[in-house]
Amino acid sequence: MSYNVVPGVDNRHSAIEMSSASVERPPGRSVRPATAEPAPVRWLLIVVAVGFLTLFLFLPLAAVFAQAFQRGLGPYLAALREPDARSAIRLTLLSAGIAVPLNLLFGVAAAWAIAKFEFRGKSVLITLIDLPFAVSPVIAGLIYVILFGRRGWLGPWLDQHNIQIIFAVPGIVLATIFVTCPLVARELIPLMQAQGREEEEAAVVLGARGWQTFFRVTLPNIKWGLLYGVILCNARAMGEFGAVSVVSGHIRGLTNTMTLHVEILYNEYNFVGAFAVASLLTLLAMVTLALKSLVEWKARQGQAAGPVVAEQP
Amino acid sequence: MLARAAYRRRRRRILPGFGLAMGFTLLYFGLIVLIPLAGLVLKSTAMSWQQFWGTVTAPQALASYGLSFGASLAGAGLNVVFGSVVAWVLVRYRFPLRKLIDALVDLPFALPTAVAGIALTGIYDSNGWVGRHLSALGIQVAFTRLGVVVALTFIGLPFVVRTVQPVLEDLDVEVEEAAASLGARRWDTFRRVILPELWPALATGFALALARALGEYGSVVFIAGNLPMRTEITPLLIVIKLEQYDYAGATALAVVMLGASFALLLLINVLQRRAGRRQPAFGD
Repeated sequence: MSYNVVPGVDNRHSAIEMSSASVERPPGRSVRPATAEPAPVRWLLIVVAVGFLTLFLFLPLAAVFAQAFQRGLGPYLAALREPDARSAIRLTLLSAGIAVPLNLLFGVAAAWAIAKFEFRGKSVLITLIDLPFAVSPVIAGLIYVILFGRRGWLGPWLDQHNIQIIFAVPGIVLATIFVTCPLVARELIPLMQAQGREEEEAAVVLGARGWQTFFRVTLPNIKWGLLYGVILCNARAMGEFGAVSVVSGHIRGLTNTMTLHVEILYNEYNFVGAFAVASLLTLLAMVTLALKSLVEWKARQGQAAGPVVAEQP
Repeated sequence: MLARAAYRRRRRRILPGFGLAMGFTLLYFGLIVLIPLAGLVLKSTAMSWQQFWGTVTAPQALASYGLSFGASLAGAGLNVVFGSVVAWVLVRYRFPLRKLIDALVDLPFALPTAVAGIALTGIYDSNGWVGRHLSALGIQVAFTRLGVVVALTFIGLPFVVRTVQPVLEDLDVEVEEAAASLGARRWDTFRRVILPELWPALATGFALALARALGEYGSVVFIAGNLPMRTEITPLLIVIKLEQYDYAGATALAVVMLGASFALLLLINVLQRRAGRRQPAFGD
């Protein structure tokens, strides 16, 4: 090898010659770059990928709408106007309306503490925040039944004071909060860690108060990530099934959320009704995904146009 | 050492709000998550050891672990194979509707599990769009163990794709060029240059999909048929025990599941540290 490697100009010259030779290709016949697969392999992989996604994603998605509209628009709308369906929609909106703002507060507080400060046990806390995701939703419901149920730890006391949590709305809200509580935090922690704390420190040094710093410096930097966290948290809160099913007691018109209403209708073989309500939840999921794409696009734009983001420590 | 501690303390004081933020975080998380979970574990200690062991090793329980674990492994395995093909295709090739398909990969994160359950049952039962053709071949999906695998594959689908995708995007093409210029065929380059880079992401994606599938309830209960000893997953068994007011039995099974989840969470943490970056975890 070493006999023609002469240090200096000659060597570089030969490298340039080599690369220009590889660029010039015989005309008429396209040559596959060395880092690409042959066209048949490429198309086979695309077909396998799209086929897999069709079987597991696209067909179920299409099936929801096909079944919801199988008897046309009239029965579809009637299923949504039914009083039980409307009360289920109201309850779902209520529980998401309580759970999402609370989890937003939690997410911002946790991300502020974790991303802007050093303290012992930080990595333990970050892992702990993932805990609700690792726990089965059924267990998420169960822990509140054990705590607040009639035979639970606080059951007798709650009974005496006539407070009902399990098989009532508070239990549904609690279970929803549990299942969705890491979502905003998870979105914000890596984002705020990557941005560092120089900008906030500069603001404080220049005399800004704490909240001023947060609203004028931090919030504009994290707004897209925050928005996505809230959107996803909302979609999950409205769509939660397992945890809510354990604590709800399935009282029609009272403690049925949309997903529980879907289950009841489906088990009664009222497929149009079940899929009609399911189609609303599916639309919500699709809006969530669309907003996610928008947020990612905005974040990329902001990164391209904005100041240099501080390196992650 | 002392100087570092002093430096840290000084640094902590520059920005305000640590006490408030940390206090609220711990209070909220403690009240919502940690204390109720501790209550569950405490409840299980009220049982005698024989009682606990008898419940968690009852034949119905053992059958449910087998199904939950086996079907979750199968689903996560399918996702490793097909998820990495999807990630590869989305990163490396350009084809119509690519961006739309890319966005839809996250659907299982956003779609309520109950909706996924009834939709999958609808297309895989013997009258469904896909099930009709499979049942002509003698394959029943809905209301069998295969149905459980289908639901758990759907649930875990984004994890492998979303952990492998960023790694593929960051791969240096120059390394592949070097391999090619040294005479490697494309398949060799893939096997010996690209694949070793992907292993940590594949392992993380597999573990995330597995963890998610183990606890899954909503999508499975519709498609499984829920026959005792055959198509009953462990979370369903917990619900059944609760409906019979057997709180102790439900708690015992829940503790077993919690143990498995914690073990997986630790494993995922180790895998993510090995990979040297924080992979997107559940829900991202």
